[in-house]
Amino acid sequence: MSSFNGESLGSFEHRAVENELLDRRAWLAGAASTIGATAAGLIAPSLLHAVALAPVDPARVPGNAPTSYGTRSGFERAQRTPTVTHSLTPHQALHGVITPSALHFERHHNGVPTIDPDRHRLLIHGLVDRPLMFSMNDLVRFPSMTRTLFIECSGNSGKEWKGPTGQTVQDTHGLMSTSEWTGVPLATVLSESGLKPDAVWVLAEGSDAAAMTRSLPLTAVLKDALLCYAQNGEALRPEQGYPLRLVIPGWEGNTCIKWLRRLKLGPAPFMTREETARYTDLMPDGTTRQFTFVMEAKSVITTPSGGQRIEPGFTEIRGLAWSGRGMIARVEVSVDGGRTWRIARLQEPVLPQCHTRFRFGWRWNGEEALLQSRCTDETGYVQPSRAALVAARGTHSVYHYNAIQSWKVGRDGQVTNVQM
Amino acid sequence: MCRCNPASSILLVLGLLLIPPGISMAEEARYGFGQPATEADIKAWNIDITPTGEGLPPGRGTVQEGGVVYANKCAACHGPTGTEGPKDRLVGGQGSLTTNQPIKTIGSYWPYATTLYDYIHRAMPLNAPQSLVPDEVYSVVAWLLHQNGIIPATMVIDGQTLPTVKMPNRDGFVPDPRPDVP
Repeated sequence: MSSFNGESLGSFEHRAVENELLDRRAWLAGAASTIGATAAGLIAPSLLHAVALAPVDPARVPGNAPTSYGTRSGFERAQRTPTVTHSLTPHQALHGVITPSALHFERHHNGVPTIDPDRHRLLIHGLVDRPLMFSMNDLVRFPSMTRTLFIECSGNSGKEWKGPTGQTVQDTHGLMSTSEWTGVPLATVLSESGLKPDAVWVLAEGSDAAAMTRSLPLTAVLKDALLCYAQNGEALRPEQGYPLRLVIPGWEGNTCIKWLRRLKLGPAPFMTREETARYTDLMPDGTTRQFTFVMEAKSVITTPSGGQRIEPGFTEIRGLAWSGRGMIARVEVSVDGGRTWRIARLQEPVLPQCHTRFRFGWRWNGEEALLQSRCTDETGYVQPSRAALVAARGTHSVYHYNAIQSWKVGRDGQVTNVQM
Repeated sequence: MCRCNPASSILLVLGLLLIPPGISMAEEARYGFGQPATEADIKAWNIDITPTGEGLPPGRGTVQEGGVVYANKCAACHGPTGTEGPKDRLVGGQGSLTTNQPIKTIGSYWPYATTLYDYIHRAMPLNAPQSLVPDEVYSVVAWLLHQNGIIPATMVIDGQTLPTVKMPNRDGFVPDPRPDVP
């Protein structure tokens, strides 16, 4: 075993060289960021030529020993951009549809609580036949279910209501991610308590320092809501609700209450602050739309995207499309600002209420280009243009912005966020 | 069985669909997991307040007392009069929702006065949520309602009076009409 230990083989020197290489790469990545590129490995290969050849041939040095819990390569730099209240997923650097758990976006309202799963309980009470308390062990015993689903904060792209604001796709679309979620159907657990005839709404409450609370219409959430304890094959991450969260397929992220500890059945909405003062959509006539749960169909090109720079020649346009109402039926891509549209290829399997990866091969001729994607879901709903969305809702609704995103490619290959 | 909850019938149908093969009908209704929740269990966590006032505890508050609590526990984030910030503006903005610069505050936007008690108790102050006693919460609610011109300076706020307070934007909320973009 010790023969696999790098130190015993006297490779301190190699380590030092490796660290220096990491530092140089980090510096190059940093330099690339300052000119706007955020995924140096993808975008600026020419910058990496200076260090492309490792000083030590890895085929001639024994590698590292196995570890108890893996981490990514030290060369990888993709990261969330954290603020006090949220962090954003770097979609410009990701592939496929599963968001790595460590890069899943965060939104919380008074920090991430530290919860011992052995002490955590779920209380079900109110208009039920039998008020019950469940331990995590109880919940894991129920028949389980796994689904791959997106979660999108209804504030995703919210700053774009005022016009192009975010510089990168991480800024504009970073409040969404996709995971494989495992748990027990909400309906299964509620049936243990039994529903009284006048139970019509259910209040879900977290045990965080905001005691985050939303009222949910019972008939809708009985269809497919999950009480989840696992994400991408392992226990939930703390920032994703460890040890227990609701996941409601296709609904705004705020309804998917994290750190869930209480479900109360009632005859009417409880009218919490988060469903009155927040997560409601102000219209130009002064009225406010309430309980706008479903995230409508939306798509975005993730590469090339804002802050990146492309080279003339072949570029695969890649992006994500999703709909809270079901499956994505079609994604179209335009390179001329929406004058002409071409069908993109969809990566199978296309799943309902899940990110769908689309791809479109393109040869950039060095002239100015305007890249857009437009999706249609299985209900026939077509992702709207910004002009159509603003015409219908004005610019003050804050939430549920799902318009077509436009990226401009300048003659220098630089990609920027623009409004058509 | 006509008293059956419409949601229950969905639950029943779904329940049947969700039963894994090999589980008999007799076992279908319940797995028997979990423990009965006691009154004490429920009381410890049952903090929500409904628009009808259900859940409001004994106690009372005045505008005058609320001014003191607000100055000590709230003003640092929301400003001396509830308009200065740096955190959410709480006061003013009535009539602004149809303008180019809508100001969403308790007075201009919040539809239910009971939500104030619920939210202040559960989540404020940010550094010590659920630390205010009922009289403090009632008092801060009274002060905020008065600052917004919704109740007179002499009104006492308690479990009886709070649900009767009609908020200016009470009728401003409409259901989700989407899809709405042609």
